[in-house]
Amino acid sequence: MTDTALVSAPPADRARTGRLVVTVAVGLVGLALLLAPFLFQDVRAGQVAARICIFIVLVASYDLLIGYTGIVSFAHTMFFGLGAYGTAIALKNIGPSWGAIALGGSAGVAVAIVLAALIGVLSLRVKAIFFAMVTLAAASVMLVLASQLSAITNGEDGLVYSIPKLLSPATPLLTDADGKVLKVFGVSMNGRIAAYYFVFFACLGLFWLMTRIVRSPLGTVLQAIRENELRAEAIGYRVVAYRTAVFVIAATIAALAGILWAVWLRYTGPDTTLSFAIMIDILLMVVIGGMGTMAGAVIGVVLMSLAQFYLKDLMAAAAAATAPVPLLPHLLEPDRWLLWLGLLFILLVYFFPSGIAGTLMKKDAH
Amino acid sequence: MTTPSIETRNLTIRFGGHAAVNDVTCAFRPGQLTVIVGPNGAGKTTYFNLISGQLTPTAGSILKDGRDIAALSPSARAKAGIGRAFQLTNLFPKLSVLENVRLAVQARHRLGPRLLRAAGSFGVLRDEAMRHLEATRLAEVAHMPAAALPHGDQRKLEVALLLAMEPDIFMFDEPTAGMSVDEAPVILELIAAIKQDCSKTILLVEHKMDVVRALADRIVVLHNGELVADGEPDDVIALPIVREIYLGVPAGEEAA
Repeated sequence: MTDTALVSAPPADRARTGRLVVTVAVGLVGLALLLAPFLFQDVRAGQVAARICIFIVLVASYDLLIGYTGIVSFAHTMFFGLGAYGTAIALKNIGPSWGAIALGGSAGVAVAIVLAALIGVLSLRVKAIFFAMVTLAAASVMLVLASQLSAITNGEDGLVYSIPKLLSPATPLLTDADGKVLKVFGVSMNGRIAAYYFVFFACLGLFWLMTRIVRSPLGTVLQAIRENELRAEAIGYRVVAYRTAVFVIAATIAALAGILWAVWLRYTGPDTTLSFAIMIDILLMVVIGGMGTMAGAVIGVVLMSLAQFYLKDLMAAAAAATAPVPLLPHLLEPDRWLLWLGLLFILLVYFFPSGIAGTLMKKDAH
Repeated sequence: MTTPSIETRNLTIRFGGHAAVNDVTCAFRPGQLTVIVGPNGAGKTTYFNLISGQLTPTAGSILKDGRDIAALSPSARAKAGIGRAFQLTNLFPKLSVLENVRLAVQARHRLGPRLLRAAGSFGVLRDEAMRHLEATRLAEVAHMPAAALPHGDQRKLEVALLLAMEPDIFMFDEPTAGMSVDEAPVILELIAAIKQDCSKTILLVEHKMDVVRALADRIVVLHNGELVADGEPDDVIALPIVREIYLGVPAGEEAA
C-alpha cells in the first residue's frame, strides 16, 4: 500500500513538512521537560515545568472529548478537582503516606467515573448545547460544594498537607561522604527531584496511553461520530455508548492528573483545581494547539503557560530597554500583559485557524 | 414461495397532519430486486428511513425475518443485517476513503478490548476494506480524504460503505444520481452482482427508466405516501395510474 497519489501534490508536501515541524517541536518539549530540573534550576521554573506536564495530560484528555469526538463539556475541571480533592482529603486525614494517596486518589477517580457515566447516559442523547449546559451546572455544583463543605474541604482556603517523605524537599535522595545532599550538575538530589520525576513519568505514561487510544479502532470510531453522527449510527455503532465511554475515559484521566497536581502542589483549593478560570485555560490551550491532535495539547499548553508565567518579565525587560523612546515603555508596562496576551491570541487564531499543530499538519488544501 | 426477509405492515408516519408514509403493507423476499418508484415527495426516502431506523413510525410494524424491529435503534438494525446507502452523500468527510470503509467493516467485527493497537494494523479489517474499494474502483484514492473526492467517487464510496456492512437487506437510494454516464455502470454491475446471491434482498429507489427495466424483478409505486401499485415491471409500467403520476402523462391522453 502506497499513497503515491498524494506524494507529488504540493499540499501533501506541505503537510509532511508541517508534521515534521510539529514532531520535532513535541520532541524538544519532551526533552526539555525530561531535563527540566537540570536545565532550569530556579524554583519558579520547576513549578512551571510540573504544571506543563500535568496540564498536557489534562488538555489532551479534554481534546479526546472536544477535538476527537466533538463533545463540548465544561465539567473537565470538576473531574480534575475530584482526583485532587480525593488525594488531598486522604493525605490531610490519614497522614503523608503512599497508602493515603492510593486510597484518596482511587476514591476520587471512582467518583469521577460514576459521575461521568451518569452524566453521559442521562444527557449525551440530547443536543450538544443542552449537554454543555448540564456539564456547566454539574461543575458549578461541585465548586459550591467544595466551598461550602468546609469541614472536609476547608472551604475557599483549601487544604494544606504533607506528602510522603520520599517526595518532600527535605529528604535527601543521595548523600555525599559528609552525609550532605549530593549535588549533580549543581542540582540537589532531594525529594523535590523525586516528586518532579514522579509527576513527569506518570504524565508521560498517561499521554502515551492517549496517543494509543486515538490511533486505535476506538479512536477512528470517535472521529467518525464527530464527522457524521447519523452515519456512524447507520453503519452499526451505538453512538451514545461510545460517547459515554470516551466521556468516562477522559474523566478518569483528568482525575488522575488531579492526583498528580495535589501531590505536586501539597495544596488543594478551589482556585487550583475547580475554578472556571482553569476551564477557560484548558479551552484556550486546546484551541491554540489544535483540536483533534495530541501534539496540539503539548504545543498549546507550553505556549500558554510560558506566556502566563513569563510575558510579564519579558515586558518589564522590554519596557526598560525602550525607556528613552516615547510612548513605547508605557505600552510595554508589565501591568498591561493581559492586553498583549489577548493580542497574541487573536493573531494566533487568525494565522492558525485550526490551531498551531492542526494548521501545520492539515492534509487537504481544498 | 420463500418467506419475506423484510416486511412492513400498515406502516405509517405522520408529521403533524401530513402522512408522509400512509398504511404501507409490503413484503420483500430474498433474491428479489424491488424498485420503488414515485414522484418527488411520494415518501420513498421516508419509507427507507423508517425501515433503516432514522425515523420511528407513528403506527404499524416492520418485520425482519418475522421479528418486529420497529423499536430498535438504527445501529441495532444495522447489526441485524439492514444496510442502507443514502441519497444525499453521507460520509465521514475528513477521514480517508480507506478509513470510511474500514469503519463499516470494523462495526461487524468484535475487536474486544484491544484499545491500544493502531487501527491501521488490523490486517483483516484493511484487507476487507480494500476488497470493497477495489470492487467500487476506489483503491487508487484510498488515502485521500473523503471530502476531496469528486462527486461521482463520493457516490461510489457511499455504495462501498453499504457493501462493507455485508447486510442481508441492501437499500439503495438513487445510487447513480449525479453520476456521469461512464461511472454509473460500475454501480449497476455491482447491484447486478449482489442480485446473483439469492440470499440477499435488494430495495432500490431509482428514477431512470432504463435502469429500472434492466434490474427490476418487481416494481412498487408510492404516491402521496400510499402504495398504489405493486407487481411485475412490465405490468406496473403499463398501468395508467403509473403513467399518470410517474411519467406525467394524464390518463386518457396516452394515445395523443
